[in-house]
Amino acid sequence: MTGPLREAIANSPYWALLAVLVIAPALIENQYILQVMIFVGIYIMLTLSLNLLNGYVGLIALGHAGFYGIGAYASAKFSLELGFPFLLSLLGSGVVAGVFGYLLGRPTLRLSGIYLALATLGFNVVLWLLLLNWMSFTNGPLGIMSIPPPNIFGYEIETRSDYFYLILTLVVLTLFSMNRLVNSRFGRALVAIREDELAAEAIGVDTTRYKVQAFVLSAFYAGLAGSFYAHFVKYISPDSFTHMESFIMLAMLALGGSGNLFGPVVGATILIVIPEVFRGLLEYRMIIYGSVLVVMMLVRREGLLGGRDYSLRLRFLDDPEPEYTVGDKFLPDGDVGDGAEASSNPQGVEGRS
Amino acid sequence: MFEQLINGLTQGSVYALLALGFTVIFGTLRMVTFAHGEVFMVGAYIGLSLFTYFSPNFFFALVIVLLATFILGAVMEIVAFRFLRDAPHFSSLLVTIGISILLINVAQLIWGPGTRAVPPAIIEDLAYSEIEFNGIYVTYLQLAVLGVAIALMVAMYLFMERTKIGMAIRATAQDHEAAFAMGVNVNRVFTFTFAIGSMMGGVAGLLVGLYYNVFFPTMGTLLGLKAFSASVVGGLSSLPGAVVAGLIIGVVESFAVEVWDAGVRHMVSFLFMIVVLIARPAGLFGKKELIKARGD
Repeated sequence: MTGPLREAIANSPYWALLAVLVIAPALIENQYILQVMIFVGIYIMLTLSLNLLNGYVGLIALGHAGFYGIGAYASAKFSLELGFPFLLSLLGSGVVAGVFGYLLGRPTLRLSGIYLALATLGFNVVLWLLLLNWMSFTNGPLGIMSIPPPNIFGYEIETRSDYFYLILTLVVLTLFSMNRLVNSRFGRALVAIREDELAAEAIGVDTTRYKVQAFVLSAFYAGLAGSFYAHFVKYISPDSFTHMESFIMLAMLALGGSGNLFGPVVGATILIVIPEVFRGLLEYRMIIYGSVLVVMMLVRREGLLGGRDYSLRLRFLDDPEPEYTVGDKFLPDGDVGDGAEASSNPQGVEGRS
Repeated sequence: MFEQLINGLTQGSVYALLALGFTVIFGTLRMVTFAHGEVFMVGAYIGLSLFTYFSPNFFFALVIVLLATFILGAVMEIVAFRFLRDAPHFSSLLVTIGISILLINVAQLIWGPGTRAVPPAIIEDLAYSEIEFNGIYVTYLQLAVLGVAIALMVAMYLFMERTKIGMAIRATAQDHEAAFAMGVNVNRVFTFTFAIGSMMGGVAGLLVGLYYNVFFPTMGTLLGLKAFSASVVGGLSSLPGAVVAGLIIGVVESFAVEVWDAGVRHMVSFLFMIVVLIARPAGLFGKKELIKARGD
């Protein structure tokens, strides 16, 4: 079976999952469960954006909570002081985070992994100290209060289920755009850099440029998550954006597995849900995160779902795959044996793409 | 003015000690440990417990802390690095981050999440007796911090340069495969180096803990990060660089408090690091080749 029908069947589990999530708020009366699901959504976005760097480009970025925080503070400032509507604050905070990503990435991405790890971590700490001490702008440790709820074209987001639909939309958009991104020329360039930076450079991939672009994009997504967080919780303080927060994202990525879009979703979901399900464990939340990091790296380095491609198979949106013809030098030996047979039997060739 | 300088030097010598441990580890294993600040915290808490419940003998505490953090370091190296020798460095890094989170939370369970202090009556003699040099007052504790830090740095230097194990460490740092071919037990050298580095961190913890007499589970985090920046400024694998950078950062910090406000203080080292990373990634004393070293 080919064509859209096959794609629809291939994608059906994802559509079914989405359908379940769309009707979920109608069935779940418990506001607390919705709240947990909203947080799962926020962390899925964050972990996905971190995955773009750590999973696809193979960089070691340890300061992701910095961009998350920049997004949150920018959005709060946009809404409270400039009176931006929500969608504009959302986009604006993503852009601001992206600009910071550029400013940080441009000078440091020339360097090797260890330096980048230290620079990003340093960035996270400096930002936290800045938020803490710049009283006139960030209100210091007291944080910013009474951030208005999102208002989308006159529709006020108020209830938990409204927020749930909002974050669901954001997560789906993130997944969708990232799926397009990582399956594009851009995504392949990132993977090439991860696999062998020298070889990628040798075949003409402008590694620094791609790395900076990935960095900016990743910061952008984290900024969006921060903006949603600010408007959802309505109160932000520097302590929500410490480097421990970055480490939590790393733990989620390590658990779920990086380098595909499925792992981060699973990792973030498990690590948010488990401490909530076992309420007694809430106190030991950080111990769980720490152990996950240690155990996963020792036992299954690629994460639960790492090392394979589980990406959403939205191939009907891609360009048609190239037809292989006889004489294509990449055909395996068996297929080229008889030219006449191969050309009269295109299915046989198509099957191996 | 001079007192400010002494304060800065005291603080700086602690940074130097921490950065030295960090640098020894990086120089040999070519690997960053993010649990260094937490080893520091463990050292401090062991000191707290010994002073409060056992005996307020500084040298006794020093020996115990040296031993305990040495063992902690050795265990960490075996878990985080020996099992992951062939793994990408990212994995080891995540393990050290995991260990640091674990250590913070275990300390929280043992000593409580709040701030603690050695009862003033116990620490009085050490902390508040002052000596006068030409009108400059220095407490015994400041002298002890400076003295121990300098003694350890000298000991470290002699150990590296004059002993056989030190030579093995230097050989391994230069080329661990060649060292292995020459009959050096590289695994043991790695573990030993990591343990020594951790030991420096632990002692720094004891000194800082007693100096400020404030103990809390996350006390090592910020200091550990500052030590990272000190060793980056110093060149990541240069021992003198780490010491000089640590001292500079300490002094600049204590003057920054005078000139601006206290909030700026903690930012000094990171700004230093970022400027150095942009302008001269090899650090003040580093070698160029390390910039591209083992980035995976």
